[in-house]
Amino acid sequence: MHPASFDYSAPSTVDEAVRLLAEHGDGAKLLAGGHSLLPLMKLRFAQPTHVVDLRRIPSLRGIRRDGNLLAIGAMTTYAELAASRELFDTATAIVDAASQVGDPQVRNRGTIGGSIAHADPAADIPATMLALGASFVAQGQSGRRFIAAGEFFRDLYTTALSADELLVEIRVPVSISRAGSAYAKHPHPATRFALVGVAAAIELERMSDRVQRARVAVTGLANTPLRAIAVEEALTGQVADPDHIIAAAEHLVASAEETGAYKAQLARTCAEAALRKAAERAQ
Amino acid sequence: MSQPNTSESVFGASVLRREDARFLTGRGRYTDDVTLPGTTYAAFVRSPHAHARIRAIDIGRAQKVRGVRAIFTGAQLAAGGVNGIPTAWLLPDIKLPPHPPLAVDRARYVGEAVAVVIADNAYVARDAADLVNVDYETLPAVVDTEGAASATTLVHDIAPANRCFHWSLGDAAAVDAAFRDAAHIVRQRLLNQRLAAVAMEPRSALASYDKATEDLTLWVTSQNPHVHRLIMGAFVLGVPEHKFRVIAPDVGGGFGSKIFIYPEECVLAWATKQIARPVKWTATRSESFLTDAQGRDHVTDVELALDAEGHILGLRVKTIANLGAYLSLFAPCVPTYLYGTLLSGVYKIPAIHVEVDAVFTNTTPVDAYRGAGRPEAAYLLERIVDIAAKQIGMNPAALRRQNFIPADAFPYQTPVALQYDSGNYAPALDLALRKLDYPKILEEQAQARKQGRYVGIGISTYIEACSIAPSQVVGSLGAQAGLWESASVRVHPTGKVSVFTGSHAHGQGHETTFAQLASHDLGIPMADIEIVHGDTAAVPFGMGSYGSRSAAVGGTAIHNAIGKIKDKAKRIAAHLLEAAPEDITEENGKYFVRGAPDRAKGFGELALTAYLAHNLPRDVEPGLEANSFYDPSNFTFPFGAHIAVVEVSRATGDVKVLKYVAVDDVGNVINPMIVDGMVHGGIAQGIAQALWEEVRFDDNGQPLNASLMTYAVPRADQLPSFDTARTVTPSPVNPLGIKGAGETGTIASTPAVANAVMDALAPFGVTHLDMPLTPEKLWTAMESAGEQRRA
Repeated sequence: MHPASFDYSAPSTVDEAVRLLAEHGDGAKLLAGGHSLLPLMKLRFAQPTHVVDLRRIPSLRGIRRDGNLLAIGAMTTYAELAASRELFDTATAIVDAASQVGDPQVRNRGTIGGSIAHADPAADIPATMLALGASFVAQGQSGRRFIAAGEFFRDLYTTALSADELLVEIRVPVSISRAGSAYAKHPHPATRFALVGVAAAIELERMSDRVQRARVAVTGLANTPLRAIAVEEALTGQVADPDHIIAAAEHLVASAEETGAYKAQLARTCAEAALRKAAERAQ
Repeated sequence: MSQPNTSESVFGASVLRREDARFLTGRGRYTDDVTLPGTTYAAFVRSPHAHARIRAIDIGRAQKVRGVRAIFTGAQLAAGGVNGIPTAWLLPDIKLPPHPPLAVDRARYVGEAVAVVIADNAYVARDAADLVNVDYETLPAVVDTEGAASATTLVHDIAPANRCFHWSLGDAAAVDAAFRDAAHIVRQRLLNQRLAAVAMEPRSALASYDKATEDLTLWVTSQNPHVHRLIMGAFVLGVPEHKFRVIAPDVGGGFGSKIFIYPEECVLAWATKQIARPVKWTATRSESFLTDAQGRDHVTDVELALDAEGHILGLRVKTIANLGAYLSLFAPCVPTYLYGTLLSGVYKIPAIHVEVDAVFTNTTPVDAYRGAGRPEAAYLLERIVDIAAKQIGMNPAALRRQNFIPADAFPYQTPVALQYDSGNYAPALDLALRKLDYPKILEEQAQARKQGRYVGIGISTYIEACSIAPSQVVGSLGAQAGLWESASVRVHPTGKVSVFTGSHAHGQGHETTFAQLASHDLGIPMADIEIVHGDTAAVPFGMGSYGSRSAAVGGTAIHNAIGKIKDKAKRIAAHLLEAAPEDITEENGKYFVRGAPDRAKGFGELALTAYLAHNLPRDVEPGLEANSFYDPSNFTFPFGAHIAVVEVSRATGDVKVLKYVAVDDVGNVINPMIVDGMVHGGIAQGIAQALWEEVRFDDNGQPLNASLMTYAVPRADQLPSFDTARTVTPSPVNPLGIKGAGETGTIASTPAVANAVMDALAPFGVTHLDMPLTPEKLWTAMESAGEQRRA
């Protein structure tokens, strides 16, 4: 596999990366873990003229708690996410998803920011971002801005990032109340990408076992991850027991017309599993 | 499970593989690892169309790329005297369309090589290849196996109805009579889907022509370097065999796909002389999926006749076999003599008739893939027997057992040409059932069904033919080669030994097993023995490795050559001990007069005596070296019983293999650990056919899943721990009693798992689904059938 020729830079600051992006315009591509970009380049489906490698930028790595926010550097690997105690305690869906991505080699190289910015419709991470109500910090020539996860994924491999912008950080709000989240997927047998994956986040009322707020996002049914609003509404105000969860997940069957009966069925089973676990973790 | 044995050991011990140290530490030497001074790199321009006329090829822009050495097209190769790639197995009235290494006027499958660019490095070669402009006029593509005969388009003008050949075997009238008398007739249409071999190491070649000596050397990923040399030298290139050396160094898996002569190595071997530089090419994984010969691809109508008690009376089989766009090297024998002849299975079937129509299509060529014809035979037979058991209400184990060829009936002549050497089928099935605790599993299955869990049990009692092959027999059936094997045993003056084998290892562990065999026969430590293979300059002409033949045929050749060494050593010992040669006996490498072991001559001392030649019997020549060319008198017939227990999820259609029991009878075993390993790998590959793998094309012949992103090869975490065991019925065909173990797993496991899944779905009234049994297919079947059990 021999990619077309390209130039390569490995800047050590975000500012420098942004400058390189602006300088090389459409021909530039950011390289994070490389597990999406490099195969495309080797097949010559992608032929960037300039590759900007982000691995030498220390500020893009790591997970830190900032009050009621978790700030995750865009270059944090799946393996680091999967092993994070902080994430496990507060945003378990990310740990679930990260630990199921690909295989150990992929998890040691692939990054959360790479997954989000690439916006593969079968990727695991984006659905968890919607369910957890995350927002993204983008940096471009005109400075930094925040983009809510719900506004970010526009289409197949298409995001709200503009050509000169770099995704630098993922911000996940941390609930102090009785909250839990989970991710369940049905993997493609060859790639391990999600045929269908469902992320669920549940907050229970303080004094009862009723659901105060549920957020459910599904990957695999469309070109972008989608919120399953009908499922969320069906569960809100109900006790998160198996019967209510099954009844709520049933709403995903309505998607069968566009996606086929089987995918709708997988969405339902994944939603049941994710909701059950999220409810358990919220206790 | 056998325990690995690290001590010096011999025949029958689980000695750790000596080759693993270099493989596991990245020190193997594969074709792509070889680079010569001045090596150039080839990139192929390939047809993006399944069927197209080539109107013109414009190399103008490509030629101007800096670093490009040469660009060749099919027309230039033809003008340069390069012939088409032949097939090595002929059948009556077979159509033999030309197969030029580079397409000349028509491309017939996606990925077919149309031109080659040779440049100073692989990147430039690829850049320039992308600039070669081929003017195609696309033509309608013939894709469907069943539809090929009625297609208005012809893949080859010389093959009307796209038929390559029609072949039949057996007694049609006797089968008609059996069906007239039958109490039960069971019919099923079965698809045996197309598979990709997916060897870990992609195909690779490096060709180098030495102008000074006029020697041509080719390093190539081959399972049979002498076959490569003979066919490429004598038929394709016109290079004299004695000036042509083929080296197949470490090869990372073949599964059959590296038996064949491919276009790329022919192009390189010709081009190196034209440009006076070495040329290298290594396939990308995409190229492997598009161009490595694929396997299976049968559509079969099978009918089984049984009497009222479930005794099989007759079997009628009609198969359409898809050969792809060109005849690959051994393609004609796979759906015929490796398939139709195995249709008696382990059963006494009085009348069998099989007809095969082989068709050309605009798809990747099809040839032998692990099992080659035998998995197709086992699948159809084991499926139809299972369907019969369900239909007439018999237990599938009982139906099988009552139809087994009895142990006292060997050698057994089947109605489809073969004579089975030996067999004892009931003990293998009984052992498998016992290991599984069959009555308990049946009870658990019944309990599970009550809970709405769908557990299925699938049995497969298979047979396979190894020890390929008696040369006269295969010659009479159309083979254009003998299928014996060679060995040369060279004892050095110090008593160390080099064994040169015509077999070739590409994962089988010959460097260990053959050293065990030689150590056992010679009575010297394994450490004193080196196994050499894969180089036509080092090894006598040999036929290579495929069809589970290496131990049975190649191993016997080594054994026979060692026999000659020992005879000579005895004569020298007799001379030194002043005794008659017939009074000399050998134990653990010591040669002594029978009854007088304390006055013994060691093997090393005898070797030195042979080479010093100061004191040899008058009629004994110096040196200690012997050759053997062993031609087996018959095939050998491994058999066994595999049982799979699966659970199908009602919610998702996912199949979980809960248990897998494999009882194989491969005759005597040299290294149980290595045989277990081959069985494990084979089972994984066979389960993958049942559940996951399928090469798919769209109606235009475009491949739909030609990558590891989309083609689902098996992974360890999808598989259970395999419970393996053996019964041992030594083969009388060869002196080692060995049958062959390389393919039993793929042959046995596919029908076992398919039967188990169908058994799991029995409550839904589903009797058959074609492979691969994907979750979506199973869920959809359960949905549309509705559950009948509770009704």
